[in-house]
Amino acid sequence: MNTGNLLYKKLDWPLIITYLALVMIGWISVFSSVYDEEHAQIFDISQRYGMQFIWIVSSLVLASLILFVINPKLYDVLAWAIYLGGILLLLAVVFIGVEVNGSKSWFMIGPVRFQPAELSKIGTSLALASLMSSYNFKMKSFSGMLRIALIILIPMLLIVLEKETGSALVYVSFVLMLYREGLNGWYLTFGFLGILLFLVTLSFSPFVAIILLFGLMVIAKTFISKKIFPHLIFLVVFIPVLIFCPRLGELKFLSFASSLTDVEWLALFIGPVLISQIYIALKERIGYLWYIITCFLVSTVLIFSVQFFFERVLQDHQRARIENLLGIQEDLQGAGYNVHQSKIAIGSGGFWGKGFLNGTQTKFNFVPEQSTDFIFCTVGEEWGFVGSFVVVALYLFMMVRIINLAEKQKDNFTRLYGYCLASVIFFHFFINLGMTIGIMPVIGIPLPFVSYGGSSLWAFTIFLFIFIRLDLERWR
Amino acid sequence: MGVELKKKNILIIGIIAAAVVIVLQLFNLQIIDEEYKITASNNAFRYDIRYPARGIIYDRNGKILVGNETAYDIMITPYEVKDPDTLDLCRIFNLDIADVRQTLKEYRKNRRRIGFQSLPFVKQVSPAQYAIFLEKSYKFPGFSAVSRTIRSYPYNACGNLLGYITEVDTSFIRKNPEYKRGDYVGRTGMEQSYEGILRGEKGYNIFLRDVHNKIKSSFAEGKYDKEAIPGKNITSSIDAELQQYVESLMVNKVGSVVAIEPSTGEILTLVSSPGIDVSKLASINKFYAEIVTDPLKPMFNRAVMAPYPPGSVFKLVNGLIALQEGVIDTTLTYPCFGGYKIGRGVACHSHPSPTNLTSSIMMSCNAYYANAFRRTMDNPAYPSVTAAFSKWKEYVESFGFGTKLGSDLPSEQAGVLPSTKLYDKIHGKNRWKSLSIISLSIGQGEIGTTPLHLANLAATIANRGYYYTPHMVKSAEDTTITADYSQKHYTKVDPENFKKIIHGMYLAVNAPPGSGATGRIAAVPGLEICGKTGTEQNPHGKDHSVFICFAPKDNPKIAVVAYIENAGFGATWAAPIASLLVERYLTGKVERAELEAYIMSANLIQKVL
Repeated sequence: MNTGNLLYKKLDWPLIITYLALVMIGWISVFSSVYDEEHAQIFDISQRYGMQFIWIVSSLVLASLILFVINPKLYDVLAWAIYLGGILLLLAVVFIGVEVNGSKSWFMIGPVRFQPAELSKIGTSLALASLMSSYNFKMKSFSGMLRIALIILIPMLLIVLEKETGSALVYVSFVLMLYREGLNGWYLTFGFLGILLFLVTLSFSPFVAIILLFGLMVIAKTFISKKIFPHLIFLVVFIPVLIFCPRLGELKFLSFASSLTDVEWLALFIGPVLISQIYIALKERIGYLWYIITCFLVSTVLIFSVQFFFERVLQDHQRARIENLLGIQEDLQGAGYNVHQSKIAIGSGGFWGKGFLNGTQTKFNFVPEQSTDFIFCTVGEEWGFVGSFVVVALYLFMMVRIINLAEKQKDNFTRLYGYCLASVIFFHFFINLGMTIGIMPVIGIPLPFVSYGGSSLWAFTIFLFIFIRLDLERWR
Repeated sequence: MGVELKKKNILIIGIIAAAVVIVLQLFNLQIIDEEYKITASNNAFRYDIRYPARGIIYDRNGKILVGNETAYDIMITPYEVKDPDTLDLCRIFNLDIADVRQTLKEYRKNRRRIGFQSLPFVKQVSPAQYAIFLEKSYKFPGFSAVSRTIRSYPYNACGNLLGYITEVDTSFIRKNPEYKRGDYVGRTGMEQSYEGILRGEKGYNIFLRDVHNKIKSSFAEGKYDKEAIPGKNITSSIDAELQQYVESLMVNKVGSVVAIEPSTGEILTLVSSPGIDVSKLASINKFYAEIVTDPLKPMFNRAVMAPYPPGSVFKLVNGLIALQEGVIDTTLTYPCFGGYKIGRGVACHSHPSPTNLTSSIMMSCNAYYANAFRRTMDNPAYPSVTAAFSKWKEYVESFGFGTKLGSDLPSEQAGVLPSTKLYDKIHGKNRWKSLSIISLSIGQGEIGTTPLHLANLAATIANRGYYYTPHMVKSAEDTTITADYSQKHYTKVDPENFKKIIHGMYLAVNAPPGSGATGRIAAVPGLEICGKTGTEQNPHGKDHSVFICFAPKDNPKIAVVAYIENAGFGATWAAPIASLLVERYLTGKVERAELEAYIMSANLIQKVL
């Protein structure tokens, strides 16, 4: 055990301390959000905060087991078994699960509820790491991509069957890991661009989306091109025009323009530029220009199919959430209720917050799910901008730390696993906080380490501590 | 490795960018945006709604027709209710304890959804009950009282004109989201027509509550409170005294009386009898079932909703059209020996013969108008009867018949005018002639006009050729009433021709005894009433009695129609009622006490039932 003891000196304490800080913030927030004067004791297990204490203690036990007892070599060896076990649990829950809030994704074990979807993220990460670190695995081959896709899609599909769309979406985050491992950045860019155009089209109009797209293309052109200077001049002229485009009609000498239809606008402003660019591309045989023009045209088609997708493909409640987010249809009693209450809670916190147990919005159950998915409301209200900033900073530190540690690994398995971990935490962090402050649609996923709930806390503890333990191996 | 490192950095930059976006939005919500600190859904605030007093409705002489009284609504905030003394609560407000328990149970079940909203629990309790409640309010946590105004009606008149107010229901809120539960809205009559003016604006007081859900203080010393803005007052054109007088004349009679000031189109009086008793308006919900099941239909405002054939008074319109078309003149005469005998013909009562235009109006000769109507329809200036009829219809429409006049009575109906299509359907295309539609000559057949139309006709004749849209509003505080009401609507008949007709109407009332004039009973010395009787044949029972008139002959001040159902000759009932009205309005008193008493005590209702 001598080498072992030495090894543990290298334990990554910054990560562990960040973890403990988030867990404590979570516990205090759960206490505050369901606080009841008749049960003022934070260890009272008839209340959620008492239960959370039990979850925390048991998580720490799990963490210790992972750090000190379980042989880290097992993870690579057992990766597939763990993955399959997760899949089996997901399958089982479809049949014998309990329905909670409309999704059938929970097991009932005595008084305790348990959600296997939380755990299967770990199995999937292990399986992905094991597959991609294996000898002579080629990611860019067809079979490689296919296997990766299957590993990710199977649990996703099962979770969708449980009607836990939010948890299923988490698996999309593995794309970030894949990007690091060699996925062409364009896929990511196109993905983001697609989402951006989708949102802009819905909240404004296809017309605005096309103008925005055109602007992005022009910027892209500037950066890719070698001859930056003429393009820069073009940009300086173009961007103000783009910004003021919709208001040009207010100018006297351009007043005729206000009577133009959208299509006429496009023909007048974008048409000539587009045609001239095609001409240049033809004449000078500039490859990237072709890419940009094709991209522009494809995206234009995409923009006009958004309406169809939105109205025909999405389900009613999904549409309602997106409409609400974009402010197209504000329904403060229905789909928008949670977010509106949550924004009030956070907004009313101000700079310093109202102080511990002094939040008025998060008491009395105004924000449904306030101790689970909307836990950040309590932080925002009682600890204000300062407290919220600290929480964001802690997550940021944790994610960057994990990525940096992952890059230091000699063992590919650990690096891949670390990226999976960072990706999943990032997705939860961004979507959850984004939803509570109204910049993301409501997708019911918990805030890692902070939200109330045993499944979530256990899963993220195990997820994180496996990485911390694996990280030790590089000192051997 | 270099590429991967670059990608790692891009990922980190991406993550930092996402965090920055979140921090920016937090900064926006928590520091910049005030909206999320002071908002109605902010649970730290309790909004106590202050309801505005509804605008008062005055009559044309400044007497209050509709005023306000204070009442209280007891509100419940389900979230704050803790073991109320249900029994005592029921005792104070005379409630059924089982009902109350049921309601409380439902509120308890839904309290999460309701949140801290206050909902009405008992409505319109009297100040006395409110005082008892206030004394014991410590027993009822979660209950509070809001003062509201309810309507009061100092004048026992105008039940069908004023309308009533009632609490908005769910379907109404869905269509008009600016109304919230517990708000009141005007229904029917002036309350509905001028809802926007009378309504006012709600206000609120904001109180701050602490984390223990106790009300701490008025928020920011009332800086953000909003005063309720009372509704604006309206002056109606109705003359309350006159209205009350006419209602007393119309007791135990079925029908309507409408009086208009011709020079403005203002309705002075509009009575539909039997009408709604004003005393029932304030709490109409209690009496609603009783009112709608009454066989005499008091809710049905006959004056604007019932389309009757106009009868003989419509001869005036046909005379005017014939004059304008040049098919008759004042010298033309027709003999009449008991009617017009060609085709199905029209019968007539016995009177001196032959008649010219003036005497035909005076004596209401059917044969004269049958002849005049045939001349209009068979006018060689038009290629066919259909064309002549279309032209005739244009004239009739220019008097406002067949359309809603556009008054401010929400229930106003358009009446009916026959179309060429209708006759094509009855008789076959191009197979009908002037004789086929001869009933129209004396205002019978396929034509329906409301009493308001006829009052408007009287006003149009009084004005010698134009009318203002009849309306009940004179002015409203700080608001201009729609300009449409000061717009002259000209008929397609020249003023000269009106003068000829008016001469006949003058004689119909003021000719010496023995001349055969039909409306002599309406004559009042010095008032120069010009009128026309009508006895409208009614397939369902006894004839309806009709009379239209205006006075004085020059510079007329009032135009009236009286329409009494199943009362026989126009001269018997309608003419005296109209005449008494005119006398009362123009002289301020009634000299003919005997006639007045006779009319008031007459009971013509059994003839209807």
